[in-house]
Amino acid sequence: VVFAGGPDDDTLVINGETEMVTKTAAPPAMQEAGIEEVISGWHFRTDETQSLQMDDFENPAMIFVDQAMDYWQTVDGSEGKSCASCHESVEQFAGLTASMPKVIDGKLTTMEDLLNDHRASAMGAEPWKWSSDEMQAMVALIALQSRGMPVNVDIDGEARPFWEKGKEMYYTRYGQLELSCASCHEENYGNYIRADHLSQGQINGFPTYRLKQAKLISKHNRFRGCIRDTRAETFAEGSDEFRALELYVASRGNGLSVETPAVRQ
Amino acid sequence: MRLTIITAALALSGGLAMANPVAPGDVAFDDYGAIEASLTGQPGNPDNGREIMIARGKGNCLACHEVTALKDAPFHGEVGPMLDGIGANRTEAELRGIVANAKKTFEGTVMPAFYKTSGFVRPGDGYTGKAAKEEDLMPILTAQEIEDVVAFLLTLQDG
Ligand code: HEC
Ligand code: HEC
Ligand code: HEC
Repeated sequence: VVFAGGPDDDTLVINGETEMVTKTAAPPAMQEAGIEEVISGWHFRTDETQSLQMDDFENPAMIFVDQAMDYWQTVDGSEGKSCASCHESVEQFAGLTASMPKVIDGKLTTMEDLLNDHRASAMGAEPWKWSSDEMQAMVALIALQSRGMPVNVDIDGEARPFWEKGKEMYYTRYGQLELSCASCHEENYGNYIRADHLSQGQINGFPTYRLKQAKLISKHNRFRGCIRDTRAETFAEGSDEFRALELYVASRGNGLSVETPAVRQ
Repeated sequence: MRLTIITAALALSGGLAMANPVAPGDVAFDDYGAIEASLTGQPGNPDNGREIMIARGKGNCLACHEVTALKDAPFHGEVGPMLDGIGANRTEAELRGIVANAKKTFEGTVMPAFYKTSGFVRPGDGYTGKAAKEEDLMPILTAQEIEDVVAFLLTLQDG
């Protein structure tokens, strides 16, 4: 049951076997901001929406994941190769998503970047658009291999300057409504804003399947929408700004299970 | 016939008043964030104020506030305090200041400023996500709409 004024106390078990960590002690950087517990967005949804995520046969995102399994086998690009030509199985990527985004060769790299760079270099194939069905389905398929593992993005060393930039964005009050991510997802999670029950804005379930749009929604698409809703000029999907924000937001969920693909209203 | 004359007269006086509202940059807030003088010199219309509070594209005050008198409109938020009785607890000048720019009354509040056109980070062209030129920005509510909302808030006497 969802109560006004907070997350619920239900337990998320997938397919009756895998129990997810959906509430856990906040990482140190969030304790500084006065948040002691990080909470999955799942706890803020209705029972009906929650239940769709608990069984892979009912989870509508799985149709997209199945499509990604098809692409996995499909030859694309000038090299005449499919993913399966080089990779024995997608399961080899277990754990990868839990640590993304991360700095590779000095560049803060998201899963979308990894896939597109890789499509170009290994397959000679055209890049996928950031929020296209193909891209997000493959991002979801790879993330699914980490489902149940704790999010664990690195925020030190080379990652630090990107993280700092993302943090600054998180607290910037954008637009004519002058609202920051923190205004809604730190100061007001658990409260309703009109008909919407505000969560902590975690990304451990992304890409998420949104019932309203009947498709997988990318992290950057969600960021874009949230900033637009402050009557602001938003940033582009795949921009350096959103890469930095993604790292920072991911780090706010360190310790939560990867839940991809989650289901939202 | 009489009705037409009255409406015409109202439209005329409305037009005159609108010619001289206090511009957003010229509003005089006192030390506590209140605004003593009407922004238009015209009385507010509480019925119109009620509609503005409900409308998502206007005040959308219900996004954050619960108001028992507006219970016929769906979904009242919990981000701000419930406003029942606010008309008895606050003066007209205080309410005008809070609706125009609540940050002058409550430092750092999440409540947006409804009568302000400058000083924003990446202001957008409405909800398009595209950039707006700051010189083209309109306040979210007009001066008369602020007066209308204040007039409605003053009707909230119980609670
Ligand atoms: C021509 C061979 C080849 C093809 C085709 C290929 N890969 Fe790879 N892939 C590799 C090699 C080699 C690596 C390890 C080196 C690297 O990271 O580039 C790799 C690494 C990866 C990684 C992990 C990168 C990391 O940093 O851990 C992912 C994810 C991946 N591939 C996904 C895919 C997908 C999805 C496809 C199809 C769309 C695909 N690959 C097609 C050869 C290939
Ligand atoms: C005006 C309020 C508001 C602001 C400001 C805002 N959001 Fe949101 N956000 C929402 C609402 C409403 C939802 C949908 C309900 C929920 O999951 O919280 C949402 C959902 C999300 C989600 C999806 C969470 C999930 O579990 O599905 C993410 C991620 C998110 N926001 C990130 C951000 C980031 C990052 C920022 C700042 C760039 C931001 N939001 C700013 C209102 C806001
Ligand atoms: C995004 C959230 C939000 C919106 C939208 C919003 N408010 Fe508020 N409002 C608040 C918060 C939060 C406070 C409490 C002030 C504080 O301490 O930050 C507040 C305070 C107030 C108060 C003072 C209450 C008191 O007890 O003194 C009034 C009056 C008020 N709001 C009216 C309005 C009206 C009228 C609108 C629409 C035109 C509106 N608000 C829109 C969040 C909001």
